[in-house]
Amino acid sequence: MTDSLLSIHKLTTQIGRDDGAIIPVSSVSFDIHPGETFALLGESGCGKSMTALSVMRLLPPAGKITEGEIFLDGINLRDLPEVDMRAQRGGNIGMIFQEPMTSLNPVLTVAYQVGEAVKLHDEEHAGDIDARVLELLQQVGIPDPERRMSEYPHQLSGGMKQRVMIAMALAGRPKLLIADEPTTALDVTIQAQVLDLLRDLQKRTDMAILLITHDLGVVAETADRVGVMYAGEIIETAPVDTFFAEPQHPYSQRLFDALPSVERRNRPLTAIEGNVPSLAETFRGCRFRSRCDVAKEICATELPPWHGDQEHGYLCHLQQLRSESIEAPQEASISEQEPGKNVLRVEQMQLYFPIKKGLLRRTVGHVRAVDGIDLDISSGKTVALVGESGCGKTTVGKGILQLLRPTSGSVQLNGTELTKLKGENLRSLRAGMQMIFQDPASSMNPRMTVEAIVSEGLIAQKIGKDRSERLERVKAILDRVGLPERFMKRYPHEFSGGQRQRIAIARSLVLRPDLLVCDEPTSALDVSVQAQILNLLKEIQDEAKIAYLFITHNISVVSYLADEVAVMYLGRIVEQGDVDTVLGDPKHPYTQALLSAVPVADPQREREIIRLPGDMPSPANPPSGCHFHPRCPRATDICSQSWPELSKSGTHKVWCHLHG
Amino acid sequence: MTAYIIRRILYAIPILIGVNLITFVLFFMVNSPDDMARMHLGVKRVTPESIEQWKVERDYDKPLVFNVEEDGSDRFTQTIFYQKSLALFAFDFGSSDSGRDISYDISQRMWPSLAIALPVLIVGLLTNISFALLLVFFRATYVDFMGVVLCVIMMSISALFYIIGGQFLVGKVLHLVPVSGFGEGIAAWKFLVLPVLIGVIGGIGGGTRFYRTLFLEEAHRDYVRSARAKGLSEIKVLFGHILKNAMIPILTGVVVALPLLFMGSLITESFFGIPGLGSYTIDAINSQDFAIVRAMVFLGSVLYILGLVLTDISYTLVDPRVKLN
Repeated sequence: MTDSLLSIHKLTTQIGRDDGAIIPVSSVSFDIHPGETFALLGESGCGKSMTALSVMRLLPPAGKITEGEIFLDGINLRDLPEVDMRAQRGGNIGMIFQEPMTSLNPVLTVAYQVGEAVKLHDEEHAGDIDARVLELLQQVGIPDPERRMSEYPHQLSGGMKQRVMIAMALAGRPKLLIADEPTTALDVTIQAQVLDLLRDLQKRTDMAILLITHDLGVVAETADRVGVMYAGEIIETAPVDTFFAEPQHPYSQRLFDALPSVERRNRPLTAIEGNVPSLAETFRGCRFRSRCDVAKEICATELPPWHGDQEHGYLCHLQQLRSESIEAPQEASISEQEPGKNVLRVEQMQLYFPIKKGLLRRTVGHVRAVDGIDLDISSGKTVALVGESGCGKTTVGKGILQLLRPTSGSVQLNGTELTKLKGENLRSLRAGMQMIFQDPASSMNPRMTVEAIVSEGLIAQKIGKDRSERLERVKAILDRVGLPERFMKRYPHEFSGGQRQRIAIARSLVLRPDLLVCDEPTSALDVSVQAQILNLLKEIQDEAKIAYLFITHNISVVSYLADEVAVMYLGRIVEQGDVDTVLGDPKHPYTQALLSAVPVADPQREREIIRLPGDMPSPANPPSGCHFHPRCPRATDICSQSWPELSKSGTHKVWCHLHG
Repeated sequence: MTAYIIRRILYAIPILIGVNLITFVLFFMVNSPDDMARMHLGVKRVTPESIEQWKVERDYDKPLVFNVEEDGSDRFTQTIFYQKSLALFAFDFGSSDSGRDISYDISQRMWPSLAIALPVLIVGLLTNISFALLLVFFRATYVDFMGVVLCVIMMSISALFYIIGGQFLVGKVLHLVPVSGFGEGIAAWKFLVLPVLIGVIGGIGGGTRFYRTLFLEEAHRDYVRSARAKGLSEIKVLFGHILKNAMIPILTGVVVALPLLFMGSLITESFFGIPGLGSYTIDAINSQDFAIVRAMVFLGSVLYILGLVLTDISYTLVDPRVKLN
């Protein structure tokens, strides 16, 4: 403990009063050394953020630390008077948060907000705050920092905002930086930039980083040591290399098993059944017991012991037991089947939003959200549409379902042209095409019961003679998605995220669609629950031969689930083909950069990240020629002049001048 | 910006026409000039002749919208609609049923109204914001809890109680200021103190509670957490971050009410005998003087529309995220 910078010993935090209090952090101990990155890994609601906020003493009003000690550089933070604690916050401890979009004050300039931190913690520069702010902005790699200083947060992109947050945290030259999911809300290429920056800053200043994340890939890339949290406890601590080579705790092992990947195609993922227990419970025995597949009787009655020391050990009754990683048996390969009939055909679809200006609201330009794309999906097949936020992938989904009417081009469902249909003709076809959304909580009416939510589509499509017949179908479909019948009378808020997504799937499937557009269906879910939902989607597809359009930014989900993949950049598809070909041998520089930026859950793997400069341009004013050329590391003169012709080898299509 | 303001004003025109038409229907078609005459003359003296005479004296004897007896454009101008309703657009309110020039009355009476309404607004705003900040600073403690309870109690008490109670205590028992009345020029101050004070006190409950909610909503935002993580003191977080954001809805809420301040307060002015537009309206209603009521309804609508335009403009001034184009 002598050389550690931050030392947390048996920290317990409580929120709320004694009866009905929740204990998000219970008896957590770990040390961080100077210059080290310690990752707290865990699913949502496991207490990792609350641990960080306990260190900062910024718990919500009803929260308090009930037990334990927190030492920073020999100072006991728990006993510090509030005035002295304020000098630590932003001084010795800097903190950055998950949502850079909302973490900056919208009505104050960048210079003011960063300057505030300088004023508080940097007496040396008290006379010339602006100069120091400028220096900090340069340090975090903000281009054109003089101009950015006078701007407001809404004028910056997400990545820029996170850089400003980092500049703010660095103002006090912190010894410890707490980064709470710093890249979760950012795109992979931007995530790579921010993680790089953090590593680089750490090298220069020798600060320690407490990294809070749910992403095994990010841990593998950035951390030196890792602590796994489950239901408020640290259940395993280990150096990163050891952890990834030999996770000890059954929960850690199952987390790896639940990751979707290429190797696991054609077999179900090993999902951890059930959900993270509520922290309002009082626990007897092991907290993971109810979801553990190797649990014994003793696990239910006695608290598990800690094996090993504080730097490297785990919390479990099963000693020296490395349970084999569970892999479901490979199923008969379905990819060999003959191609099904075509369900969806999209040709040259464009979807523009007009920009109106001036006194008469004349249209002065268009946001070219979707600028001429082609897609074909056969029954029982999955086409993945990948791209970063703002590339137009969600708009493609809405355009196909005619929720937004395409500006031009053709969309055919089972051979019927949809773009010309109106009113009742279109409405009757809607049963054939359904959608599930990213956030199941906000895509369901909170005042409707599950029964009402699922049967609403049946009523709208006039399916079923009477209520009892519809009820039968609702029951059958709920059973199919794994929800018991007794859930029918409940409301959406009574369910967990995974269960809500099951309801959303039931709502679409009850109409027996031919096409299901899945818009980031697992992005809001934890890894263990994501595996359950992916398994369900795959099973259903095999049974009902539904065609999926899978819109996502998650490459590992694509490699696990999709047959074909289309990569979108700024409204256009730049590369398209079989998932193995495109992901295995990407031709387009953008695809290459995108794939290289995805963090891999394997610390041994050295990868060369292709760094893209800047952010995606606005689709209102796309660059000339190839849209990607201003950021492309291999761009030539021709790239700025014309949009490249399609070059094709087999089913692999690339739009790039390098492959003309 | 200019284009936006011009467009907003152009949008206001159809609304004003609508307001004018509805006013016309209410005051001349639902309630015909004959009805007005009957009400004015009372039950005993009503004869067809007296009604006709009453209408002629006040130009109510013309057809409503179309005059078949005239020629050319006079067919439209020699009507009640043209002379009484369209004239409102030019702020020509005509004369009241009792024969006084309404425009002149309004120009005289709006100043006493403003002399009460403006101080009530400003002092009330400052008081309510201060109390709300105090409660937010002590949030989740007994100070906050008791403060909210007090606010609810104050909200639940009728405005009439504050007025009568205040008049009794300050005017009658303590003899500090006159109970009611009004003076010329600067001498009016002693008549204004009590109504302003009571106006402010009557608004504390609702205002404080509303602003407290606005502040608390901001206090839960992520940027407040960032500000605390910087090491800012609670006072600086409150004034430097929370207040600046919460002022956006507060200011725009106030701006919409600004033009309506001219209209005065119906109850306060009547009780304190202030010769403002509020008591003017009340008196007109009591004496069934429809010309005045019509003028005030129309004026109120115009001022409200003006307030909405000002609100939109004020957003651009206080919120950097809003650009009008």
